[in-house]
Amino acid sequence: MGDIAIRLTNVTKTFAGTTAPAVDALSLDVPAGEIVMLVGPSGCGKTTTLKMINRLVEPTAGTIVVNGTDVTSVAAPELRRGIGYVIQQVGLFPHRTIAGNIAVVPELVGWDKERTRARVDELLDLVRLEPALAGRYPHELSGGQRQRVGVARALAADPPVLLMDEPFGAVDPVVRAELQDQLIALQDRLHKTIVFVTHDIDEAIRLGDRVAILNIGGRLEQFARPAEILRSPANEFVEAFLGSERGLRRLALVPVGDLDIGRGPVVDLAEGRTEAEAVMRREDVDWVGVVDGETILGWVWGHEIPDRMVDATPHPFMVTVQAASSLRQALDAIVVSRNNVAVVCAGERFVGMLTVEQLSRELAR
Amino acid sequence: MIPPAQSAAPFVRWDWIGRHLDDIWEATVEHLTLTGLAVGIGLAISLALSLWSLRSARRFAVVTSVASVLYSLPSLSAFALLVPFFGLTRTTAVVPLVSYTLLILVRNIVTGIRAVDPAVREAAIGMGYTRAALLWRIEMPLALPVIVAGLRIATVTVVGLVTVASLIGYGGLGGLILSGLRRSIIFPTEIVVGTVGAILLAAVLDGALLLLQRLLTPWRRAAQGV
Repeated sequence: MGDIAIRLTNVTKTFAGTTAPAVDALSLDVPAGEIVMLVGPSGCGKTTTLKMINRLVEPTAGTIVVNGTDVTSVAAPELRRGIGYVIQQVGLFPHRTIAGNIAVVPELVGWDKERTRARVDELLDLVRLEPALAGRYPHELSGGQRQRVGVARALAADPPVLLMDEPFGAVDPVVRAELQDQLIALQDRLHKTIVFVTHDIDEAIRLGDRVAILNIGGRLEQFARPAEILRSPANEFVEAFLGSERGLRRLALVPVGDLDIGRGPVVDLAEGRTEAEAVMRREDVDWVGVVDGETILGWVWGHEIPDRMVDATPHPFMVTVQAASSLRQALDAIVVSRNNVAVVCAGERFVGMLTVEQLSRELAR
Repeated sequence: MIPPAQSAAPFVRWDWIGRHLDDIWEATVEHLTLTGLAVGIGLAISLALSLWSLRSARRFAVVTSVASVLYSLPSLSAFALLVPFFGLTRTTAVVPLVSYTLLILVRNIVTGIRAVDPAVREAAIGMGYTRAALLWRIEMPLALPVIVAGLRIATVTVVGLVTVASLIGYGGLGGLILSGLRRSIIFPTEIVVGTVGAILLAAVLDGALLLLQRLLTPWRRAAQGV
């Protein structure tokens, strides 16, 4: 773990008029440059925790240090200008243009006009919005576009830390997936420290470098990398929260290349019917793949095998997967294939074939 | 050669109007001045009251109850009650007029500000706006259409009420109405001029305020264009 960008130490919040704390003595370290996902059922205090970092909610007890500074040691507005903030409803200012909305924090911290304008152009490009949108008003944009503006606005003054409160919760699944991809792409370039609240475990696993699973009252049940959480849930709560599709979720995280992949039932063009039938018997299948050195040409049924394989007319494999693809994509390829295997390639080069049996063995590890 | 209906005077005598354009203009200016003073002072007081009561339900209840009582006071008695204190002065005319604007304006200012999307407020605070910046740079501009709607109602109401102040000698166009009424034979021309003048003034001011609001809220024009 590298430098700690945000450190919560025994942070407690009890709201006025309640006895049970919303967050109870929570300690959490957020490493610099990582995305930490706060996830849990409603009432687990994830949003409260997030809002204590920029003091929209003041902690009852405990300390929060952001990049070496205790958040209570600076005036709240000043603190917040240095921390990007994105919320689900976006909250763009309806009376300001898109450019005006993005320019909010630069204006608050006193950038000159020229620098602000250049930054707005840069950010529109960064979140892939057309420059022509700069002069529009928020209501003229689609939900997905508005959310992109929200992200651009939060990044405007280049804060090292970004807080995101269910930012993609209000858009449809297709747009959500796009926005998630875009955040991943952005993060590859920007390396911000991001604390991201979601109630969606899939989103947490997809986006998070680390995932903090919170229980009612802000109790931290597990804080680890997504693969670690999926492989070994700390307790029953985490296991229940991960749900019945834990295996499938793990498939989405593990690349095909991590497995030992066998060649599968294949014969080379140089070989003949005898070798092909031997391969079929050995692998217990009624078809055989045809390779030409490092290239896979396709496959033939057992009854179609000619005396010499060069005379075969192989059926093409409809789907191949790359070594970098996820096991989930491999499973999809297996399901749609007529041969019940996923053909794995590295670029054009044939690597091997993956079966459901191998996948379930991997999940059982 | 004598026309049969000679004895009945025409309802509106245009020649009288022609001869009294100066008086009518003077009355109109006085009407405008009284209206402008009343609405201007009313707006200033209402802004102060609104800001004071904005974030407290109890304060808002107090302000609106007092304003309601003032609003329900019959205009005639309001003017009459103040004569012992301020005499037949412009102050006596303006104070009741101001009091009639308060309820409308305070309600609209507070409603307008409260109607601002909570997400906008949260985003502004979360990005480092101070309370004052939030109020003047976000809440007020966004509440402007509702505030101007209140100003329009208040203005139209005051234009009508100014005519009553003619009883204490500061009635603008109302002075014409009163004078037409007080002659030994009622003189309809003066009454019509005063009435129509007041109606036109109300309509013009209402339109001007609407135009002002459109100019000040370009983002809403864009909304209608799409």
